[in-house]
Amino acid sequence: MKREILSFPNAPGILAAASVVGKHESEGPLGALFDLHDSTDRFGKETWEQSESEMQRISFNLALTKANLREEELNCIFAGDLMNQCTASAYGLLDFDLPYFGLYGACSTAAEGLILASSMISTGLYDKASVTASSHNCTAERQFRSPIEYGGQRTPTSQWTVTGAATFLLSAGGGDAYLTQALPGRAVDYGITDLSNMGAAMAPAAIDTLTRFFRESGMTPSRFDLILTGDLGFEGYSIVLELMKKEGYDLSENYTDCGLLIYDRTVQDVHAGGSGCGCSAVVIASYLTDLFRKGEIRDVLFLGTGALMSPLTVRQGLSIPGIAHLVRITKERMF
Amino acid sequence: MNKRTYKDYASARAAKSDTPKNCLFAFLVGGGICAFAEAIKAGYLALGTEKETAAILVPCTLILLTAILTGLDLFDGIAKHAGAGTLVPITGFANAVVSPAMDSRKEGLVPGLGVRIFSVAGPVILYGTLASVLYGTVYCLCGAGGAI
Repeated sequence: MKREILSFPNAPGILAAASVVGKHESEGPLGALFDLHDSTDRFGKETWEQSESEMQRISFNLALTKANLREEELNCIFAGDLMNQCTASAYGLLDFDLPYFGLYGACSTAAEGLILASSMISTGLYDKASVTASSHNCTAERQFRSPIEYGGQRTPTSQWTVTGAATFLLSAGGGDAYLTQALPGRAVDYGITDLSNMGAAMAPAAIDTLTRFFRESGMTPSRFDLILTGDLGFEGYSIVLELMKKEGYDLSENYTDCGLLIYDRTVQDVHAGGSGCGCSAVVIASYLTDLFRKGEIRDVLFLGTGALMSPLTVRQGLSIPGIAHLVRITKERMF
Repeated sequence: MNKRTYKDYASARAAKSDTPKNCLFAFLVGGGICAFAEAIKAGYLALGTEKETAAILVPCTLILLTAILTGLDLFDGIAKHAGAGTLVPITGFANAVVSPAMDSRKEGLVPGLGVRIFSVAGPVILYGTLASVLYGTVYCLCGAGGAI
């Protein structure tokens, strides 16, 4: 069998992680765990696009402060967002005089960045690198759906794009947790064309990556303290739970989704839950790193999930491919 | 599970909108807007406005109120519950013009606002005009109403 799982020698550690969110997220169940929020969602900027860039800039600076590092001690930036040509990242991190890789993995960008940065660090090419990902509800609404003030009704399966940015600083020297293994996702298209049901569009990709990981590694779901998908929301989460069981993997004990953790669906009117690059990024940077720091978890599978369509492909009637990048995060180094 | 069966499986299990509730809200809000419009009309008539002028002033008033509510970030909150109740009357059309204009005002008066203002309402204007041309042509060819 072809080996697809990447096991990082000298696994990089998460030296620091910082999260910046909007009002809606700060009012959610994880609100107290985020480093900073702006109750206007504007972050002092005139346009929503600039606001998203500013969130990235703030999260990057916060992460540096937390790690007590200077900018020049980093080797490289990996960053991405949902806006056309990844401009939130390019403009937001323009101030920092560092080599920059702009990434587009739709909402899986945080996981994609973590895998690429880990590869560079574990092979010794870099010593320290940063990963930043963001989304803003208003920039995403404008680009993918309808004008912000447009009065329409959303379907129960639709999700709410998270306003948030997170930066992770990875170091060869170690940290609170280690990026031990990864399994890059494959684009999987199961024919979903409904832009309001992204959970269903991305779920097959998550199932594909998870089953490949369990099959190749020989490990079972019960081995992990937590299995966390990025932004499948309630719809995609339920599909993964049900179809994984049919594949012979019971996830009912330890599986959840960042899109379900970040909001309280019963009171926050987010329908199926959160979505966007920022969704998994801020949950991993706050909730998950906090659990690792407290020693409450030791071995976690995180799957960054993304839907790889654009408004143009949807208008042309093409179905929505999904992707899911898996990262195994552990309390200790394993290889 | 293959592509075909997955699509059916996903759409069958997807949570559905509460149609009876949506219909009730649409009926109540839509009816409420119409009743409100009648009240405005009665108000204009009471002020001594001609009947034809009052009939023009009523939609103008509704458009103005919708534009103000859209600008104040209130309309989408109402429309979320009202659905077709706010979409079908002229309020829906007004919101569909004002909201993209607000969105793109930072991109300039011509390349932003000018280009984008009808990005939502454009199809209604285009096909509405085409339908009226078609109707007029048929009306004319049938010689109905003694138009010719």
